[in-house]
Amino acid sequence: MAHTDGVADGTEDSGRASLLYDPKARGLFFQAVLIIVVAYLVYSGISNAAGNLARAGIASGFGFFEERAGFEIGQTLIHYTNDSTYFRAFLVGLLNTLMVSALGILFATIIGFVVGLARLSRNYLIRKLATVYVETLRNIPLLLQLLFWYKAVLAVLPNPRETGLEQGTTVLWTLNNRGLYIPRLIPEAGASAILIAVVIAIALWVVIGMWASKRQMKTGQQFPTFLTGLGIFIVLPVLTFFLTGMPFDVEFSALQGFNMSGGTVIRPEFIALLLGLSLYTASFIAEIVRAGILAVAKGQTEAAYALGLSPNHTSRLVIIPQAMRVIIPPLTSQYLNLTKNSSLAVAIGYPDLVAVFGGTVLNQTGQAVEVITITMLVYLTISLLTSAFMNWFNARVALVER
Amino acid sequence: MNYSFLSAVAGVAVAAGLGATAASAATLDDVKAKGFVQCGVSTGLAGFSAPDDAGDWKGIDVDLCRGVAAAIFEDASAVKYSPLSAKERFTALQSGEIDVLSRNTTWTMSRDTELGLNFAGVNYYDGQGFMVRKSLGVNSALQLSGASVCVQTGTTTELNLTDYFKANNMTYNPVVFEKLEEVNAAYDSNRCDVYTTDQSGLYAIRLGLSAPDEHVVLPEVISKEPLGPVVRQGDDQWFNIVKWVHFAMINAEELGVTSENVDEMMDSENPNIQRLLGKEGTFGEAVGLKNDWAYQVIKNVGNYGEVFEANVGESTPLGIARGLNALWTNGGLQYAPPIR
Repeated sequence: MAHTDGVADGTEDSGRASLLYDPKARGLFFQAVLIIVVAYLVYSGISNAAGNLARAGIASGFGFFEERAGFEIGQTLIHYTNDSTYFRAFLVGLLNTLMVSALGILFATIIGFVVGLARLSRNYLIRKLATVYVETLRNIPLLLQLLFWYKAVLAVLPNPRETGLEQGTTVLWTLNNRGLYIPRLIPEAGASAILIAVVIAIALWVVIGMWASKRQMKTGQQFPTFLTGLGIFIVLPVLTFFLTGMPFDVEFSALQGFNMSGGTVIRPEFIALLLGLSLYTASFIAEIVRAGILAVAKGQTEAAYALGLSPNHTSRLVIIPQAMRVIIPPLTSQYLNLTKNSSLAVAIGYPDLVAVFGGTVLNQTGQAVEVITITMLVYLTISLLTSAFMNWFNARVALVER
Repeated sequence: MNYSFLSAVAGVAVAAGLGATAASAATLDDVKAKGFVQCGVSTGLAGFSAPDDAGDWKGIDVDLCRGVAAAIFEDASAVKYSPLSAKERFTALQSGEIDVLSRNTTWTMSRDTELGLNFAGVNYYDGQGFMVRKSLGVNSALQLSGASVCVQTGTTTELNLTDYFKANNMTYNPVVFEKLEEVNAAYDSNRCDVYTTDQSGLYAIRLGLSAPDEHVVLPEVISKEPLGPVVRQGDDQWFNIVKWVHFAMINAEELGVTSENVDEMMDSENPNIQRLLGKEGTFGEAVGLKNDWAYQVIKNVGNYGEVFEANVGESTPLGIARGLNALWTNGGLQYAPPIR
């Protein structure tokens, strides 16, 4: 005690004589030094790389984006031909990555929640099955699982010419080793009315929900918001569909020559990748969900029962909101993992960003530094955006302490 | 967060700095110092570069690397191999990871001029073709509209395929893989109707399918694919060594010098042979080698004809005829400038 007093006295005596001993000034100084060092490292790294590329006679720059790609891509969500630019090819790859990631996150979440709850089931069989699911899938490397699904999906499916279809005869759907063929809806004039109807239905759903919760606050009366909303959501667009005179043309697929033509095709590479990513990530999500629910103290359930809440209400209003606080942060990293793992698509020939842009485009242009940098930045951006969204969601569901 | 970002930036900067040292310096000195030639090869293409039962690499692309090693070290086995996918190959060479890329690589203008690389000759004249199942009943590539086509990413094949289908007003669906084995497996499992790559490759790949007899290579050749070894730009001495090892093998065949008779040929009165084998002149010294460099290549590896016959010729399972790869004196394209 006496010692610290002495030090305090000393600083008091010297006053602000020396900037050298001012912790704030020292802090600022070291920050500045660090920034200068980092800036120099970045500058020398970039200029060194650029200098070396120039000396080795390797073309550099981003001009290649405007050039004609000259290759085809197996699955495109936007219009793309071999006459499109490399930038268009980049977009195609990016959208393919985003699609498989978004659907993978959706399915992984659903399966993960179901399996996580099943692990807590009182039913012995369900509980054990869920345990086997989790322990098997999360302990086998994802790449092997993808290869397994790809071979498994492919091996069991027949060739389109062996499925007994007649040449040129249209079918409602068919599954063969070229993919799952389903009819394609081609919108005609008036189809946008249906889209508007869907938007109106969702808006109505929200308005009813707000009205119902207000009323419940005031009078305590409950209103079946979900069923009403769902009813509007289904009835309104269907009604519009018939009122506008069914403004859709349906294109069926048919066997033409070697392959099916027409319709929409979901390719086996996509199916295998989606299956692999969803099932693998779901096994981790299941554990996160289980942990989250177990983290809610048993007293909470007992208290809810004591207040006379039904088991349904107990889990919906008491357990899950509290479990979500524990679930969401690790869930975010699973979503990020799934998105990044989607780059394993390259092993099974799904044209994702890494396969199309980091593979074909890199090779045809030879501009490895640019292409890899862009690919990394894209994954970084996707991950940061996912993370930002989940943080926002987490802040919303976080326990409000009063 | 901040710290990990900073360290990442520092990491990139350091990596970019390291790249500088690797690519410079004379390749021959580096190779002599480490005692072997680092040779980029394919991940396994029978006849060109593939490991045999004993794990030794064999093929005409491999023999070119062995020839370079023999010219430098008098020992054809002083080679280490880096199996590379089509996608990885140029980066591996640019970064200095390998000394020479001898991996059935097509010589094109953009590769020659934009990648900082030099093609040191053509050791196999090839052309792109198509392979299909016999059961499809197809006998011309012009009947392939609508087919699913298996192709390897990062190849000229991928672009030629597009051009060919476009020029003939046909459509196709590409199924693209990075590794040759993945393309093979996909085609073998009937994921695709058509397999396309260089014709020599198709013959080699057909041997590895579960039922080779059920597949047929269509007659159309849709492109020019001159395959040859590649070196980095900016090291003319190394470029000359690789180029002249290849030429020495062709000249040896033309002059009738083989690995069997090369010792007797040392006594030949033919001045062309004397210059080839280093009895006359100092051609080896001019490229930083000993004067018997070509003797070592022929003695340890063989002349071009021997290499061709041993790896892809009529007596091998591939059974490829010399065709375009015959010497110019026999109506082919293999022609080497004279050693004088």
